[in-house]
Amino acid sequence: MASFKLNINNKQYDLDVDEQMPLLWVIRDFAGLTGTKFGCGIAQCGACTIHLDGSPTRSCSIPVSVAAGKKITTIEGISEKTDHAVQKAWIELQVPQCGYCQSGQIMSAIALLTTNPKPTDADIDTAMQGNLCRCGTYQRIRKAIHRAAELI
Amino acid sequence: MQQMHPSLKRRRFLQLAGITGTGFFLGLNTGCKSGPEIAAVSAPGKLFEITPYINIETSGVITIFNTKPEVGQGTWQSVPGLIAEELEVSLDQVVIKQTGGQSQFGNAQSVGGSSSVRGEFFTLRKVGAAAREMLIGAAAQQWQVPVEECYAENAFVIHKPSGKKLGYGALAETAAKMKVPAEPKLKDPKDFRIIGKSGGRPDIPLKSSGQAKFGLDVSVPGMVYASIERSPVIGSKLIKFDDADTRKMKGVLDVVTCKRIVGIFRHDSVAVIGENYWAALQGRKKLKTEWNHEGRDKLNSSDYAAGLRKLAAKKGLTDITHGSFEKEYAGAAKKLEALYETPLVSHSPIEPMNCVVRWNAPDQVEIWTSTQIPGDLVKEVAKEQSIPEANVHLHTMFNGGGFGRRLINDYVTDVVELSKKTGKPVKAIWTREDDTRLGPFRPMTFSALKGGISADGRPVALEHKVISPSIDAGLYPNFDPKKVDKTMMEGIADQKYEIPNLQTSFVYSPLDIPLLYWRAVTSTTLAFSHECFIDEMAVAAGKDPMAFRLDNIKKGSSAEKILNKLKEVSNWGQPLPEGHGLGVAQFEFFAGHCGYVVEVSKKGTGVQLEKIIAVIDMGTVVNPDTVKAQVEGAAVMALTAAIKNGITFENGQTVQTNFHNNPLVRINEMPAVDVHILADGGEIIKGAGEPGLPPFAPALCNAVFAATGKRIRKLPFDINNVG
Repeated sequence: MASFKLNINNKQYDLDVDEQMPLLWVIRDFAGLTGTKFGCGIAQCGACTIHLDGSPTRSCSIPVSVAAGKKITTIEGISEKTDHAVQKAWIELQVPQCGYCQSGQIMSAIALLTTNPKPTDADIDTAMQGNLCRCGTYQRIRKAIHRAAELI
Repeated sequence: MQQMHPSLKRRRFLQLAGITGTGFFLGLNTGCKSGPEIAAVSAPGKLFEITPYINIETSGVITIFNTKPEVGQGTWQSVPGLIAEELEVSLDQVVIKQTGGQSQFGNAQSVGGSSSVRGEFFTLRKVGAAAREMLIGAAAQQWQVPVEECYAENAFVIHKPSGKKLGYGALAETAAKMKVPAEPKLKDPKDFRIIGKSGGRPDIPLKSSGQAKFGLDVSVPGMVYASIERSPVIGSKLIKFDDADTRKMKGVLDVVTCKRIVGIFRHDSVAVIGENYWAALQGRKKLKTEWNHEGRDKLNSSDYAAGLRKLAAKKGLTDITHGSFEKEYAGAAKKLEALYETPLVSHSPIEPMNCVVRWNAPDQVEIWTSTQIPGDLVKEVAKEQSIPEANVHLHTMFNGGGFGRRLINDYVTDVVELSKKTGKPVKAIWTREDDTRLGPFRPMTFSALKGGISADGRPVALEHKVISPSIDAGLYPNFDPKKVDKTMMEGIADQKYEIPNLQTSFVYSPLDIPLLYWRAVTSTTLAFSHECFIDEMAVAAGKDPMAFRLDNIKKGSSAEKILNKLKEVSNWGQPLPEGHGLGVAQFEFFAGHCGYVVEVSKKGTGVQLEKIIAVIDMGTVVNPDTVKAQVEGAAVMALTAAIKNGITFENGQTVQTNFHNNPLVRINEMPAVDVHILADGGEIIKGAGEPGLPPFAPALCNAVFAATGKRIRKLPFDINNVG
């Protein structure tokens, strides 16, 4: 066990956890932020995607110790009123079905638009291929990212 | 049930419904022999048979109860929307509450078979309409004006001549005392404000902000976590386990045995209980278990498939027979035969199985989970624990995908056992490896087909023999292997082509692992074999596959309408670029009817998907955008089943473990699906969730043939190398 100071969504959390514990479980079970999901545990599905100092990161596959001192952003931290351009586009185009993977999808989409404000379909396919959606919302994700690019 | 004072009874009912307010409360009495009757909750003596649907509090808060769990198919909007339409409220004016499967709330609480909207379309509208009439009646009575001068709009009743208006909250108490109309007047479809309109799913903002609560997101005070070890060879008996190292791990609290109940199977399991999930999982890794496989470790997929191929030569149990197949086939000008093969596949919802249970001694239990079957879950838990159903309190959460996986309670009943044994609230979470390895799986079907063509190119004889294991064999102890298993024959007995001599038959092959319904069930494999073989017959007859289908389809059928629409929107018959090919398929089964035209192009030794067009026949549509979304997603799931690994066994163990070796189609592999909806507005309503799956694989494989001349008869196939 070790003590960690974590900055999640600009809030300081002092947590006493096993240093090998994946960041995902610290976020969910210790910080109580459940918007970030568990899907596979081996960075294959992207449901646990968060931003670590702005970069999209699979929180299931990095130990909490790596995140200490870095800026962690989860789905709960991207807007107060569900009004980030990506969220607006997601709602406008009715992207989610079951919705379970969508926090991860949105975090990956925001990271893409931050580095590439006008992505092509090919850019989107490359940036988003780490995020699985079993309901098959891919074509709406593609469309919504283009829409978000217009809204930003 | 014991005699209870009416007011106590009412309070208990409200508790179950999760409502503290009073006012107006309308539901369906599901205890009537002649079918559900609309009933006020004040109805004497009947309280516990009423499914609540509408509550209007005097404060004006309107609650609509949704009895259909949301698994992504949009019932959080479409089902309350049916009520809201007739009640004259918009969905953003109401609170939607999910019911928890209490038997008192009726049986209509499962989602499967694409049945939610088509099953409830008229019933729920009537509940909404009855409430509207009672609210209007209450206002008319208060104003002392004729009912005909009043109408409802936007949660108000308005007196037309004077313009006076009263909100539903103000009318709630009076309305509750009005006579419940048995046959309220439904709205004219031309006045619909919700039905037939796209978008507006109230769960979507919640799912775009991390606020939607799935089973995995539940926590209750004092909760401990469980990670459960089961035999790597499914179903083996536990000989012994050594938990000495596990118990030394920090955060591990206990090690407890339990049973996984899946259909007729009861599988030994050992649960490691930890202070947090990570601790439980780490402790589980240190657990030493020994299993008696009793021969189960002999299962190999390649041997099993060889067995099915052998059985294909056997005469099956005849299901249906029209005309005289043997005779007409023998005399046909052209004869063809083919064997089609499909694999086991996993459901793999992205939310792994999980459940939170709090056992309250001596005999009450509270459960939080994602489930497709709240009613059956409550029943099974009550039965296993020998407690009354009313003692099982279920909170139905948003489902992070279902696809049939959550039609069985194997991830719930063992956690009930654990909470009872440990005396603590327990949250159990399956790893992805558990989910992938342990099933239940969609069974494979092999199909042996024979077709006869007349000299003038008509299909005169067809035999479709299904060789497969059985889902029901693992679910029901009274399964009879000497009878045709109709579930494994889905859709082919009433296939839509005019073939005078038609025969279908079934050969059963036991498979001792848990099998289960998968989105669109057996149609997902039989549509592939049937519709690819129809294509083979078209080619043998020297006909264009679309023309052959249209020439021989039952006239006036929805299949004919779908094919004609596909022909039109795909520009079928127009010249295509070099190396491109079009494939078509349609399939009707219990859930509904959809068809596809798929275009592929040659790319190296494989093909590339170019275009996907779908036509779905609906009758009447509640939310067109939701229907489109369902078909778009069904195509993705169907593509995964057609070109990705599937599930295989070696020495009794599942080869696939996680998404790296049991891959799903990713965004870069999936072009857009162009969905067209046929809706004549009639009273026959078809399903939306499943029909988009079955015809996709055959349309794709028929396109591969058109582009490359390679006939795909075995799934999965390598899209980058078609041979």
